[in-house]
Amino acid sequence: MRRTALLAGVAATALLLTACSSNDGGSTSTADKDMTAEISYAYWDATQEKAIDQIIEEFNEEYPNITVKTDVTPYSEFFGKLQTQASSDTLPDVFWMNGPNFQLYASNDKLEPVTDAVDPANYPQALNDLYSFDGTQYGVPKDYDTVAVFYNKALFDQAGVEYPTEGWTWDEFHEKAKAISDALKADGVYGTVNGLAGGQEMYYNTILQAGGEVISADSTTSGYDSPEAIAGLQFVADLIADGSAPTLQQLSDTPQNVWFVNGKSAMFWSGTWSNAELRESAIVDDIEVAPLPKDEREATVIHGLANVVAKSSKNKAAAQAFQNFLASDRAAVIQAEAGAALPAFNGTQEAFVASAPYNLQVFLDEAENSSFPYPVSKNTAAWNQLENELLPAAFSGERPVAEVAKELAEKMNEALAEENE
Amino acid sequence: MTSSAVHEVGVAAPAAAPAPPAGRSKRRGRSDLGWALVFVLPLFAGVALFYLWPIVRNFWFSFTEWGPFGDSEWVGFDNYAELITDATMGRAILNTLGYTAILLCGIPLAVYFASLLNRPGLRFASVFRAAFFLPYVAMPAAISMVWRIIYNGDFGILNYMLSLIGIDGPSWLSTEGVALVAVALVGVWISLGFNLIILSAGMKGIPVELYEAASLDGATRWKQFTTITVPLLTPSIFFVSVMTVISGFQLFDLLYALMGTTNPAIDKTQSVVYYFFTNIKTGDNGYAAAIGVVILLLVGIFTVLQFRLQKKWVTYV
Repeated sequence: MRRTALLAGVAATALLLTACSSNDGGSTSTADKDMTAEISYAYWDATQEKAIDQIIEEFNEEYPNITVKTDVTPYSEFFGKLQTQASSDTLPDVFWMNGPNFQLYASNDKLEPVTDAVDPANYPQALNDLYSFDGTQYGVPKDYDTVAVFYNKALFDQAGVEYPTEGWTWDEFHEKAKAISDALKADGVYGTVNGLAGGQEMYYNTILQAGGEVISADSTTSGYDSPEAIAGLQFVADLIADGSAPTLQQLSDTPQNVWFVNGKSAMFWSGTWSNAELRESAIVDDIEVAPLPKDEREATVIHGLANVVAKSSKNKAAAQAFQNFLASDRAAVIQAEAGAALPAFNGTQEAFVASAPYNLQVFLDEAENSSFPYPVSKNTAAWNQLENELLPAAFSGERPVAEVAKELAEKMNEALAEENE
Repeated sequence: MTSSAVHEVGVAAPAAAPAPPAGRSKRRGRSDLGWALVFVLPLFAGVALFYLWPIVRNFWFSFTEWGPFGDSEWVGFDNYAELITDATMGRAILNTLGYTAILLCGIPLAVYFASLLNRPGLRFASVFRAAFFLPYVAMPAAISMVWRIIYNGDFGILNYMLSLIGIDGPSWLSTEGVALVAVALVGVWISLGFNLIILSAGMKGIPVELYEAASLDGATRWKQFTTITVPLLTPSIFFVSVMTVISGFQLFDLLYALMGTTNPAIDKTQSVVYYFFTNIKTGDNGYAAAIGVVILLLVGIFTVLQFRLQKKWVTYV
């Protein structure tokens, strides 16, 4: 019995070796349209299934002998499962990746760089940067989201406040928010509502607008203790302090989108992902979109997903052929038409812009003109946790903003030093 | 303890008496043992694979720094040394003890309700029993959704009712200090059903004659409750309190579903198991494993303590 097992082991190893060597030969010629293989494609958003199935169908018109098996895992379990798969070198051949997790996989040598067939010029630069590590690009941008201000025209009218204009400033934003809060206090309506669970909706943007950064470009030092970053955080704290926006407790009880959709907040900083909910909401006819207000500069954080190929893939040539197809304008158009997400491929976004009566073009303009990469490092989760632990005390006014920012920067630098050991 | 020891001796003695010739019994004993093992094995294999082995592994991991992709490095007692000085861990232990203490306060309540439900001639007794038991069988996530709405600071029904009598209620689940009590009250409400079932069964075992004799002697209902029901129910109360302490120490799902990960008060309200979860999330797996060992030790210590103390207050008939 033991001997058969041994033999089987030897046979399997031999098979693996031949498989590997044949792949090495094949990976250079991704143009081989007749190659036969079976690859897996893992993602988490089940609402995009239709678009993805159609993309695979059209991919098979070009590569009829490659079978793509999809594997949908809910987001909450996706990265836990992926980590286990990576530990045992059984990663799916092609899979979705997001910013906070990217460097962890890239730095541990789990991903294959994109092929020459992918032209980075087709995507927003900030997204190419997000999925590059040590100067090499590993992910093909799939879709993206930027942040803008959704506002409720009816509430502005009711409070007698003028609508936001292009190029408006922090001060103008704050004045309007305060005026609406004061005018409509009896109805429990606030001028604005800030999503503070994570930085993407609010404070990453204000820090950038003030001229600061959350993390240095090389992901080694925290930017939280700079005067600019402190100004960005202070702006958020001030909104809460004078009642322009609900408190953290109120937000925790009732999330920001619920305030806005129910007409209890006149403004709402949020991203393209909110479009799906807002265009179906009861207040859809009152909604309009304005760019984020500026301070020292105009800025929004941009984040998007990417398609990556596993380094351990046993059918790398086929996986890369599929990745290249996902990178194409055709795949982007299919996604936009399904209304699933705002595709990253430049010039394919019209279908998305047309999906709502309010002006979604604002998000595209921001992406092109004033977007900054989403802050990440090799272990983003570690300092995201620190942000969630420490910043509430600053926003609520319990502790001085500068003091909290300094402590956060110190602890974040410790975490960053640890991940670079 | 002593009474059960007597029982064991009492049971063992008659079994030994009709022993057949030594040789045969020995052989049969051995084959019985073999069969016993065969029958126990499937269950034991499951327990070993899914409970014992993970505990051993967890113990091992608590001495390592564990990378995201399974590569681990031996660091000795570093994780434990860090735990001892970790203020967040201290706070988490206090929170867990506080939560467990409030849960324990629910037991007298359960005893009282059980006695009401077991009153002879109570109408709709089964309806009441079902109503009390329902929260225990409902999903914690679903229950949490409902309580989140009740507790909501701006739009919740609790604060609305308080406002009618002129009280401006807080955001129950996101205000430090208040949140733990709010969560614990939901915990008491859920565990009430389970406790009621166990205690009701215990009450059914109390002989009716005792109550008859007592009422002939002129004892009031309250007197009967304190001198007959409660003392004779102590074995059930003991069981319920052991289970309550264990479940109290494992507080996680309720906290997670009621408060959420981005709650401004979660850092000061988190339980030990929640702190374990936080560390897994940030990739500090070795440290999380050490927290797991501490939870195991705490549960062990408190359970042994309870078994030691039972002599002082539990009456076995």
